[in-house]
Amino acid sequence: MQITERMREYWQRNLRLTWILLAIWFFVTYVVAFFAPALNNIVILGFPLGYYMAAQGALIVYVVLIFIYAKKMNAMDREYNVHEEG
Amino acid sequence: MANGSTTAKGGDAFIKNLPKIYGFYTGGFIFFIIALSIGEWLGLPNRFIGWTFMVATVGLYAVIGILSRTADVAEYYVAGRRVPAIFNGMATGADWMSAASFIGLAGGLYVRGYDGLAFIMGWTGGYVLVALFLAPYLRKFGQFTIPDFLGARYGGNIARTIGIVATVTASFTYVVAQVTGVGIIMSRFLDIPFGVGVFIGLAGILVCSFLGGMRAVTWTQVAQYIILIIAYLVPLVWMSTAVTGVPIPQLMYGKVLQQITELEGTLGVARHYVQPFTVFNIWNFMALTFCLMVGTAALPHILMRYYTTPSVKEARNSVGWSLFFIFLLYFSAPAYAAFAKYEVYSHVVGSQIAQLPNWVSLWSHVGLVKVLDANNDGILQLSELTIHPDAIVLATPEIAGMPYVIAGLVAAGGLAAALSTADGLLLTISNSLSHDLYYKMIDPEASTLRRLAIARTLLLVVALVAAYVASLRLGNILAFVSYAFSIAAASFFPALVLGIFWKRANAAGAVLGMLAGFLITMYYLLKVGFMHGEMWFGTSALSAGVFGIPIGFLVIIVVSLLTSPPDAQTQDLVESVRYPTIR
Repeated sequence: MQITERMREYWQRNLRLTWILLAIWFFVTYVVAFFAPALNNIVILGFPLGYYMAAQGALIVYVVLIFIYAKKMNAMDREYNVHEEG
Repeated sequence: MANGSTTAKGGDAFIKNLPKIYGFYTGGFIFFIIALSIGEWLGLPNRFIGWTFMVATVGLYAVIGILSRTADVAEYYVAGRRVPAIFNGMATGADWMSAASFIGLAGGLYVRGYDGLAFIMGWTGGYVLVALFLAPYLRKFGQFTIPDFLGARYGGNIARTIGIVATVTASFTYVVAQVTGVGIIMSRFLDIPFGVGVFIGLAGILVCSFLGGMRAVTWTQVAQYIILIIAYLVPLVWMSTAVTGVPIPQLMYGKVLQQITELEGTLGVARHYVQPFTVFNIWNFMALTFCLMVGTAALPHILMRYYTTPSVKEARNSVGWSLFFIFLLYFSAPAYAAFAKYEVYSHVVGSQIAQLPNWVSLWSHVGLVKVLDANNDGILQLSELTIHPDAIVLATPEIAGMPYVIAGLVAAGGLAAALSTADGLLLTISNSLSHDLYYKMIDPEASTLRRLAIARTLLLVVALVAAYVASLRLGNILAFVSYAFSIAAASFFPALVLGIFWKRANAAGAVLGMLAGFLITMYYLLKVGFMHGEMWFGTSALSAGVFGIPIGFLVIIVVSLLTSPPDAQTQDLVESVRYPTIR
């Protein structure tokens, strides 16, 4: 199977994007939860911030992360000419 | 054969008309609820309303199941690979959201407060892992099951066999929990014994999957998603409007959280609702979140769904839609718990025991609510009321004094959640046995007719065994489900991810790694979860996978490096799944 230099570049860029999104995922989940007791002292619209992040904030970030990944990768497929027909 | 090529058979018009079909369906369901509300106002008895909901919804699933019957292998196993991203998202949502999500989640939050949010983050954050590490690559690989991938990537039947064992163990543990949920709902709302409820529910599960396999399950799950999300949001919007005057519960429950904190002061509750790490310590909270996330990205019945989309591009989009539809319920669950807590603290506690509303006796009857006047003053104190977490969602409409139609609707929603997940799981188990074990290993010459006959027979057998085990009532729903996650996480995740991202991973490493992950997790579960043995680092059995997952990775890496690299053909396979098309 012929893997060109350009295809390797596609894969490297995919890996970089994956790591960046994974780092954000890790931050909103574990780092924010670690500081939840302190964040709870900040109250917005009645929500203690630490509680809010675990109940809703992190979830919103997850949904956005996945759509960003899909959008970027689908565009990159075309840029590197590895996209499917149609 | 694997990629793209679809078996259209005049189905294109059907795919194009999907939004219209499900639009009409949703309108019809809302009309049905309104008609029943008018009926209740005119004096229809509660029992009649309960039965109407059950018979109408289960009947509907049966009709979809029968209309989608098929004798085509690709239709039976992967719905012909032409499910559009949004609809696959809804189906995955229903497949995903089980009795534990619908019934157990808000109840768990009600009891645990902040610490229950480990389940909220764990069961949504896992989709990030599915999106980044698995879905697009599995779709490109394009076979039928997860053991298929293990068999192809790690050359041979040993990896495939371990895959089958882990698939069946995890899915079976999970399906037992669903069938238990069906039994609880049936026995409470239809007033029948638990065991009978289980077997009626089973009939409801089988009519969907038996004739049409994945194709029928997919289209039924979309219908079930619509019912379950309406059923979850209606009582919540009702409570939000009644308590705060604004029908946006997800935004308004901040105020309710404040009121709960005030009431905790008056009632003398020591453990605060929004205070982190009171039930689980910080280690167990993090470990549980981690196991649930990795488990999400390793459960075969979810991963299988991404084989059904038409392309890699659609698979990526579909993960986003899946999580979006799951998110609609999950970001509402904390609001549900908060409003329920507020109702109980402000209206139920402090009332005369002799004049408690009807729901108390109805739910005590099923054994999920207990009232005990410890100090004999005739007034209900907080400590004298025990509500089982599984009763919170189902009982809240009655606790908050809503019409009985809403209670019936919620029960129908819970039933939809349990049935849809049970369907997906049963199909996964029977496919694993019929496709991976029988067709791939025992009789590769088997005809299509014979393969489907075997798949259907196994479906029936597994369903009966699951119902039998559920009728023994071994443990609570949430615990069983958490066990399934740890098992799947430790057995599959390392081998799948390394199989795609690390070409050097070889058969010996994967086989030993999967075995190590699976066995260590099972050992810890049995030792701590069932025999109450000594814990490692104070880790609860709920997060048993936290040891198995890293050990799995470690064993695969070390053993692979000590043995020879995989052959060129396998390395080509790895390259090929990394690119949607290679020109």
